[in-house]
Amino acid sequence: MKKQVYIYKSFERFWHWAQAALISLLMFTGFEIHGSYKILGFENAVNVHNWSSIALMVLIVFTIFWHFTTGEWKQYIPTLNKLVDQVKYYTYGIFHGHPHPVTKTVRKKMNPLQVITYLGLKLIFIPLMVFTGLLYMLFRFMYGGQLHSIEFFSLDSIAFWHTLGAYFLVQFVIVHVYMTTTGHTVTENIKAMITGYEEIEVEEEKKKEVVEV
Amino acid sequence: MKKNILIIVFFNFLAIVLFNVFWSDVESSKANTNLVELKQKFSKKKKKIVDHSKFEILQQDFINPTDVTTACISCHQERHHEVMESNHWNWEREEYIEGRGVTYLGKKNIINNFCIGATGNEQACAKCHIGYGYEKNEVFFATEKNVDCLACHNGVDDYIKNGGWGKPNDKVDLKLVAQSVGHTSKANCGTCHFFSGGGNNVKHGDLEVAQLDCSREVDVHMASDGIDLSCTDCHVAENHNIKGKLYSLSSENKNRATCEDCHTSIAHQNDILNSHTKKIACQTCHIPTYAKENATKMTWDWSTAGKLKDGKPYHTEDEMGNHDYLSIKGSFTWEKNVKPEYIFFNGTADHYVFGDKADTLSPIQINTLHGSYADGKIIPVKVHRAVQPYDPENKILIQPYTFNPEKGSGAYWTDFDWVEASRIGQKKLGLPFSGKVDFAKTEMYWPINHMVSPKENSMSCVECHTRASEGRLFQLAGFYMPGRDTTDWLDQAGKWLILLSILGVVTHAIIRVYFKIIN
Repeated sequence: MKKQVYIYKSFERFWHWAQAALISLLMFTGFEIHGSYKILGFENAVNVHNWSSIALMVLIVFTIFWHFTTGEWKQYIPTLNKLVDQVKYYTYGIFHGHPHPVTKTVRKKMNPLQVITYLGLKLIFIPLMVFTGLLYMLFRFMYGGQLHSIEFFSLDSIAFWHTLGAYFLVQFVIVHVYMTTTGHTVTENIKAMITGYEEIEVEEEKKKEVVEV
Repeated sequence: MKKNILIIVFFNFLAIVLFNVFWSDVESSKANTNLVELKQKFSKKKKKIVDHSKFEILQQDFINPTDVTTACISCHQERHHEVMESNHWNWEREEYIEGRGVTYLGKKNIINNFCIGATGNEQACAKCHIGYGYEKNEVFFATEKNVDCLACHNGVDDYIKNGGWGKPNDKVDLKLVAQSVGHTSKANCGTCHFFSGGGNNVKHGDLEVAQLDCSREVDVHMASDGIDLSCTDCHVAENHNIKGKLYSLSSENKNRATCEDCHTSIAHQNDILNSHTKKIACQTCHIPTYAKENATKMTWDWSTAGKLKDGKPYHTEDEMGNHDYLSIKGSFTWEKNVKPEYIFFNGTADHYVFGDKADTLSPIQINTLHGSYADGKIIPVKVHRAVQPYDPENKILIQPYTFNPEKGSGAYWTDFDWVEASRIGQKKLGLPFSGKVDFAKTEMYWPINHMVSPKENSMSCVECHTRASEGRLFQLAGFYMPGRDTTDWLDQAGKWLILLSILGVVTHAIIRVYFKIIN
């Protein structure tokens, strides 16, 4: 049976939108630093980029903590189960009004394609951006009133990997934003990420029975 | 409960991060204190402690300038020996140059691409020399009373050394000048260093007569509405050995006057700016333009010299009133508010020395400033480009004999004969001459160190951090600079990735809409 269920907790929504805002800001300023356009001015772009990166790193550390304390990390265990069905759905079924192959539940909020994508984001691209970003930011750093320099990596290669990651993140954002429209209705997914409530299949009844027994 | 713990942890973490960020600012604000101390220190101007006009020995009517020196030495014992050790006196200094070994370099044997050289033309060049009756022999250099104390220590405006061979003009009242002596002033140094090359700001580009009385925007250090430093506040002298030197002559990385002598090497409150100091000299950002008040000579083409009107030499002027053609010297171009060129420099240099072989495929380098990203810092330079006489068979640059007022002497400025002037000039240097005079392109590098702008007028980030062809550092290779450099194929691939994603998403949406309509 379907019911309005509180699926995205308040921290989760705060984290999602804060991250969205910070990554947008980082993208916008990052490509100005890269030299793709001139809008804020180089100096402002660098300052905003550095500050939002610090904010994002704080958020990331806190979110990792949240994932482990709440057990939400289990949502990201990858599975091949129904992965092919999901791909088939997006390339065929969606056009013909077929139902979603995977039903959403509180304990399993994501379909297997989402799990792989977000896991890749969390384990590969975000770490890549944080790592190369920190190297970039600290390529020359002040310590004890002295100027030091990272000698192990060249700035060319740091910038290369940071830029590479940036292009993939832009691609992720484009596809991600589009995918929000593939719910039961076009705006359903976005509404859920704002209010926390989404109409999903409920399995609470069974649970209750077990408890009662 | 869990939620509260999370919030507490979150804000503690945030506090630690913020503390770290602001803590570093507290540290660097010490640099600012240093600047305040500097301003206080240098606001006390040097006063004349001793009034030389009261000394009995200076009450005489001096006939020869050498008598003044004898009088000076009678009190200031042994100071003249310090002077006689200095390169100001000797026209050369001993230096070690990689590839040449120990070399004596100076005006005696070094070439420039303005008037080319002093040899053979000493009578005129000696106007700036700190000796009386300059002749190129050991006796002159060893004679104590030839030291011209007044050149650097006179306190009057009209001590003019155009009496020939470094002697003062006959009309100069030596008694008055001798009684006026004191600390060296901007004007003392400027008499020679502002006018080197034969006119105001001709050679340096960043040293000129306007700095005697200028605004902070022109020169924040020498400004009369600012701290009003004089040359010797930075170029301090110990035993008449003056700190600081110019790489038009010098080769070694020693005894340099640097910004760090007064300012700390980490002088900014902003650590991003401080981190630039590893590879960029202060001057690079803090001197956005030079020749701010009066134009400086940028090119000199000797090959056009010798044109006459009605058999007489003539000259023309550009719109700023500077000579752009002189029959005796050729054509010039001048520029004002010039953006410097930029190079990596490690403090060592090599020079073209008379007799060095050079081919003319690319401009001959009069002085080569060494340095790369690995061992140097970016500095601003004025590059003076010239076309000057060259012996195509011996493959050497020619030092022509230029100055002699008598007609028929063979001096180019009177007789306008390149071959004869070259023959005499090369002979004086003891160098071969084939009889043929060609012209070669040459380049000379002048590091820009003065005319520092106030911080609010210093360069903004984007002047360098911008796409290659627009930026100031567009030609400096060998390092990655954000905003300027990219990996082309990555950018191309990235653009396609984004374009294809958009295309894919749009196509997907269109198909969805299409099926919705037909169903």
